[in-house]
Amino acid sequence: MRKFTQHTGVVAPLDRANVDTDMIIPKQFLKSIKRAGFGPNLFDELRYMDEGQPDQDCSGRPLNPDFVLNQPRYAGSSVLLARENFGCGSSREHAPWALDDYGFRAVIAPSFADIFYNNCFKNGLLPIVLNDSQVDQLFKEVEVNEGYQLTIDLERQVVVSPSGEEFAFEVDGFRRHCLLEGLDDIGLTLQNADSIKAYEERRRQEAPWLFDAIHN
Amino acid sequence: MAGKTLYDKLWDAHLVRQNEDGSALIYIDRQILHEVTSPQAFEGLRLAGRKPWRIDANLATPDHNVPTTARAGGVDQIVDPVSRIQVKTLDSNCDDFGIVEFKMNDLRQGIVHVVGPEQGMTLPGSTVVCGDSHTSTHGAFGALAHGIGTSEVEHVLATQCLIAKKMKNMLVRVDGQLGAGVTAKDVVLHIIGVIGTAGGTGCAMEFGGSAIQSLSVEGRMTICNMSIEAGARVGMVAVDDKTIEYFRGRPFSPKGEQWDRAVEAWKDLVSDADAEFDHVVEIRAEDIKPQVTWGTSPEMVLPVDANVPNPEAEADAVKADGIRRALKYMGLSADQKITDIQLDRVFIGSCTNSRIEDLRAAAEVVKGRKVAATLKQALVVPGSGLVKEQAEKEGLDKIFIEAGLEWREPGCSMCLAMNPDKLGQGEHCASTSNRNFEGRQGFGGRTHLVSPAMAAAAAVAGHFVDVRELMNQ
Ligand code: SF4
Repeated sequence: MRKFTQHTGVVAPLDRANVDTDMIIPKQFLKSIKRAGFGPNLFDELRYMDEGQPDQDCSGRPLNPDFVLNQPRYAGSSVLLARENFGCGSSREHAPWALDDYGFRAVIAPSFADIFYNNCFKNGLLPIVLNDSQVDQLFKEVEVNEGYQLTIDLERQVVVSPSGEEFAFEVDGFRRHCLLEGLDDIGLTLQNADSIKAYEERRRQEAPWLFDAIHN
Repeated sequence: MAGKTLYDKLWDAHLVRQNEDGSALIYIDRQILHEVTSPQAFEGLRLAGRKPWRIDANLATPDHNVPTTARAGGVDQIVDPVSRIQVKTLDSNCDDFGIVEFKMNDLRQGIVHVVGPEQGMTLPGSTVVCGDSHTSTHGAFGALAHGIGTSEVEHVLATQCLIAKKMKNMLVRVDGQLGAGVTAKDVVLHIIGVIGTAGGTGCAMEFGGSAIQSLSVEGRMTICNMSIEAGARVGMVAVDDKTIEYFRGRPFSPKGEQWDRAVEAWKDLVSDADAEFDHVVEIRAEDIKPQVTWGTSPEMVLPVDANVPNPEAEADAVKADGIRRALKYMGLSADQKITDIQLDRVFIGSCTNSRIEDLRAAAEVVKGRKVAATLKQALVVPGSGLVKEQAEKEGLDKIFIEAGLEWREPGCSMCLAMNPDKLGQGEHCASTSNRNFEGRQGFGGRTHLVSPAMAAAAAVAGHFVDVRELMNQ
């Protein structure tokens, strides 16, 4: 997995609550059997005026001029500022894949849906929870300052604004460690293979029916 | 010391290792796979040269992309080439790795969350995961079940474990007696209306109280199914005699002496009387009326006799803005009566409401009646081949067809429209599914979530009606 230590980038504000994963990447694009290439269809229904199709070249499609990512001042943004319950709905990991493929490295919101939050860490994308008033403040600052950038320092667990103001955030120790080091979860878990086998031995005595084979 | 909640018990029984930083390794008994969220997981295994830890703990079935019209021609006849490749990829991955798959035309094929319990693959006291957020459904049987992302699907394939952090305990207690015509779907929509779509975030949500106990296990599945719409990855109901009876004789249920041992163990799958929950929500069953969602989030829900909200009456600016946006998308005006919403299509199906009792409830309403002439389409899509077979034995298919509804092959269908069943732009649909997000059932489509009985009543009227009125006629 790609490491995340520190990142500085332009902030794009997405000012609506309950942004669901259907909105982040609509279902027709989930038919892909690949992990990459979802960026052009990130927020497809909000971003374009027409209905997108898988494998379509998006360069000629009519853009919705009102949508934040289509505004020139937010071109090249890599930090998404969002509202509460971001990423709710379906468990599709295509949502963080699409955000990542577009170029986002971090999402800041007052709250995230659990599955989306978890999926982000598996893909080197950092979800950051700040409180409502901090998020409000950032929305205001972004609006009045063109080219507004934030620095995210995972080592120190702070978001730093252009004026030098720091916003501390919490992140689970294990996830932070994996992101900082770019570690592969599966490899880490397999280091505990003996514990897993010991568990299976013990559990097989208590509840043998859970070890019956699923068969045809 | 306080007693344990059901979630505490399930967690403790599956704990492989607790790390000092608060993360833990928990053991997964069963994984269900479908075509949409598994291809990248199999690819990941291959790239890393890893083998599944326990192949026989997995079961696969294609459901999201499959057509629901005649499909005897098999996978090659799936018209959309991208869908076809995805279903074929599942078939070949399962064949290569030796995973049992109920392929598209197997009688046992269906929506993952209908198939798992139906086969006894999901069992009380088990941990069940699937790359699908509605895996919470399986918690209705006293299992610990939740959706995971594709990286985790790969992780479970490779290690039979998940890295997890213990959630908080939440109890939603519904006491009292549900009125006639008020179903499990209305209960869960009402709960979401009360606590909001983030009300259960970070929690394992147990549903209890006399109204939940009085529901059938299928009704409890409908409730747990939508715990995710209340923000909770995990929904659960304690085991009782109904739960145990449900598993008697299912293909993967324990047999003989094992059955007796299992039943003994399952009886303990309840929260202790002195267990402490982090959050408790209490709801009176008598307060619940048939529900209809009017907006673009499941929490935008009201009783059928209400009026659509007015953003001017909302003090919170972000919320008022949300209402305005939803009204615009849904093509509704503030204060309009819900019963005045005219419908274009009706969809009865999805992992929320496509089991036999759902189909019986809908059939009872449309029996001897006709679908309104103003509707473009009314679809009934059973949750699995076995549900379809049972419904046909009971003659429900004939009742639907007679009334002017279409009787289809099993799959997810118009719940998320990855197959050809979808809404056109601007069309209103009364749907028994679980999400009314923008575009969910088709680009520009407008979804209203309801119970099967309410969907059937709406099909007959062409607009929303209180199903209780039809029941008295
Ligand atoms: S029926 Fe709908 S919600 Fe259920 S698994 Fe299929 S697509 Fe997901």
